[in-house]
Amino acid sequence: MAEIQIKNVAKTFGSYTALHDINLTIADQEFMVLLGASGCGKTTLLRIVAGLETATTGEVWIGGRRVDHLAPKDRGIAMVFQNYAVFPHLTVFENIGFGLRMAKKPNDEVKRRVERVATLMHIEQLLKRYSGELSGGQRQRVAVARALAMEPDVILMDEPLSNLDALLRLEMRAELKGVLADSKTTAIYVTHDQVEAMSLADRISVMHQGKIIQAATPIEVYRNPAAEFVASFIGNPPMNFLRAEPAGEGKWKVAGQIIDGPRTSKGPLQFAIRPEDIRPAETGLTATAKVVEPLGAHLLVTSEVDGTMFRAVLDSDLQVKPGDKLTLAPQPDRVRWFDPQTTKAVA
Amino acid sequence: MTDATAVAAPATDTRKAGRYLYIAGVVVLCAWVIVPIYFLLINTLSSPETVNSYPKPFIPEFDLASLTFFAKFAGMLTALKNSVIVAGMTMILSILIGAPAGYALSRFEFRGKELFRLLILLTRAFPLPLLALPLAVFFIRTGLDDTTFGLALVHTTLALPFAVLITFSLFSGIPIELEEAAWTLGCTRITAFTKVVFPLILPGITASAIFAFVISWNEVFAAAVLTIENRTLTAFLLQNLDTSPLHLKFAGGFILVVPALIFIFAVRKYLFAMWGIANR
Ligand SMILES: Nc1ncnc2c1ncn2[C@@H]1O[C@H](COP(=O)(O)OP(=O)(O)OP(=O)(O)O)[C@@H](O)[C@H]1O
Ligand SMILES: [Mg+2]
Repeated sequence: MAEIQIKNVAKTFGSYTALHDINLTIADQEFMVLLGASGCGKTTLLRIVAGLETATTGEVWIGGRRVDHLAPKDRGIAMVFQNYAVFPHLTVFENIGFGLRMAKKPNDEVKRRVERVATLMHIEQLLKRYSGELSGGQRQRVAVARALAMEPDVILMDEPLSNLDALLRLEMRAELKGVLADSKTTAIYVTHDQVEAMSLADRISVMHQGKIIQAATPIEVYRNPAAEFVASFIGNPPMNFLRAEPAGEGKWKVAGQIIDGPRTSKGPLQFAIRPEDIRPAETGLTATAKVVEPLGAHLLVTSEVDGTMFRAVLDSDLQVKPGDKLTLAPQPDRVRWFDPQTTKAVA
Repeated sequence: MTDATAVAAPATDTRKAGRYLYIAGVVVLCAWVIVPIYFLLINTLSSPETVNSYPKPFIPEFDLASLTFFAKFAGMLTALKNSVIVAGMTMILSILIGAPAGYALSRFEFRGKELFRLLILLTRAFPLPLLALPLAVFFIRTGLDDTTFGLALVHTTLALPFAVLITFSLFSGIPIELEEAAWTLGCTRITAFTKVVFPLILPGITASAIFAFVISWNEVFAAAVLTIENRTLTAFLLQNLDTSPLHLKFAGGFILVVPALIFIFAVRKYLFAMWGIANR
C-alpha cells in the first residue's frame, strides 16, 4: 500500500517561487501524470517526492508515513531520470542489480530479479554490455529496468521516453503501461507530451506556473477543463474561444447568435468549443474560411468568426475553399463556459 | 580547366611552404626537449672515463659504471629514499585533502565559493623563499625541522592547489544524476561516492596523485632549507654539485628526470583537460 500525499508543498529558489502550495493525493497503484509546459515545476515536484530536493514548506507522505525528513533511500521509491543516469562503469546486469546489491540480496536472487525485468524490458541480450555500447533507447530501457528491479512501492519517472524517436516511444509507452499495471506500483510520471499523458494516465495533473490547475481523469480534463489554461493547453488543435455577452436569463449572444448557457448574473463570459465538436448546419455561427488543411480523414479549417480565429475539424468530403462563407453549429452538450475574470469554468 | 590549375598552383606553393615551416618548427621544438635528455641518457649509460673525456660519443655504451658509482656515493641512496618517502607522503596528503575540497567545490553551493577558488590559486602567488625563514623557525619550534614529514607538509601546500583544481574538474565531469540515481537505489552519500563516483574518477585521481608526486620530487628550495640530515635527492645533489664528478651529476640528473617523463606520459590527457584543451 503506497498512497502518496503532498500537503501544502511550496518551493522557492532564492526569490523565485517554483511551486505554490501544492496539494495532491495519489491513490495506491494509481498512475498519475504531471503534465505541463517547460519550466512549470514538474521536475521540482517529482524531486521533492523523491527526496532529492527539500520543500521550502509542506509535507510529503508515502504509505501513511511522513517522509520529507528521510533520505531518498529510505522512502521506498525508485526513480527514472530524464537523461538515463546509467552507471558507465558497470555492465547492464550490474546496473539493473545495483539497488539489489546495495540491499545485500543473495547472488541468486539478484540474478533472478535482474533477468526477470530484463526480459520484461526486452534487453536480456544486452546484460553484458556497458552503457557506452548502448543506443539511447536501450539505455532508457536499462534505466526503467533498474527502477523496476527494486520492486518499489512508488516509481517516479521524469520524461522517461523523451529521448526516443516517435516509433520507439509509442512502443515503449504501451510496454510501460502494461508492465506498471502488472507490478501494482504507484507511479508519478512527468511529461510535457499531452498524447503520452492521455494514453498512460489514470489521472492527469495539469500544472501551470508552479500550481496544479486540475487533477482529473484524462477524459475529464479533455471534456471538462477546469480553467481556460487547461482548455487551451490540452487538445490539438486547441479549443476555440469566443466572447459571449449576456442576453437574458440563461441566454448568451455569441457572434450574433443566441445560445443557451449558464444561468449566472456575471458579466461577459468566454464561450468555448473543441474544433471536432462543430458541424456545418443551416443555422449557426457565420465563419469565413481562411486556411484549409486536408489531414486525410479530416479537414482542418481555420476560419474567422466575429474577428476571432476559429478552428473546425470537418469531414474531408466537404468542399471548402479559402474565402468561403460557412455556417457552423457547435454541438450543444459540448459547449463550455469560462469566466474571463477568474479564468475558471462556469457551470 | 587550365585557368583553374594556373590559379591553384601558387596557392598550393604557399601552402607547401607553410607546411615546411610548420614541420621545421615542430622539429626544432622537439629537438629542444629531446636533445638534452638524449645527452643525459648517453652520459648516464657510459663509463665514467668516457663521460670525462672528449670527444663525446653519440651512442650510449650501456655501461652501468656511472650508475653504480652513483648508487655507492655516500648518502645518495638515503637521499633517494627520502625523496621517495617525501613525494609519497605529499601524494597521499594532497589527494586526501585536495579531493574532498574539489568535491565540495563542484557539488555544493556555499558562501564565498568563488573567493575560495581564488584563494586556492593565490597560494601559488607567495614565493617560497619569502616563507622559508618563518617556516624554518616555526618548524624548529614544533620539532618538524629536518623530518621527512615536515618537508612533505610543505610540499603538500605546493601540490594542493593543483590537486583541488584537477579533482574539481574531474568531479564536475561526473553528472550529479549518477549520484542521485545511486541515492534512490539505496546508497548514502558516502556509499554513492565509493560505489559510483570513485570508480569513475580513479584514473583522474591517479593522474593528480602522480602530479603531486612529481611536484615534490622536483622541489629543491624548501628541501634544502628545511632539512640537513634527511636531505632529499634534489637537495643532496645541489649540496654536492660543485664537489662531485661529472658522471655523478649526469646520473643524478637522469634519475631526477625519469619520473617527470613518466608522469607527462601518464597524465597528458588530464593536463589538457585542466587547461581546457580538447583531448586528442
Ligand atoms: N536549482 C535551481 N535553482 C534555481 N531555479 C531552479 C532550480 N531548479 C529549477 N529551477 C526553476 O524552477 C522552475 C521549475 O523547474 P523544473 O525543472 O521543475 O521545470 P519542469 O517543469 O521540469 O520543466 P521541463 O519540462 O523543461 O523539464 C524553472 O523556472 C527553473 O528555472
Ligand atoms: Mg523537467
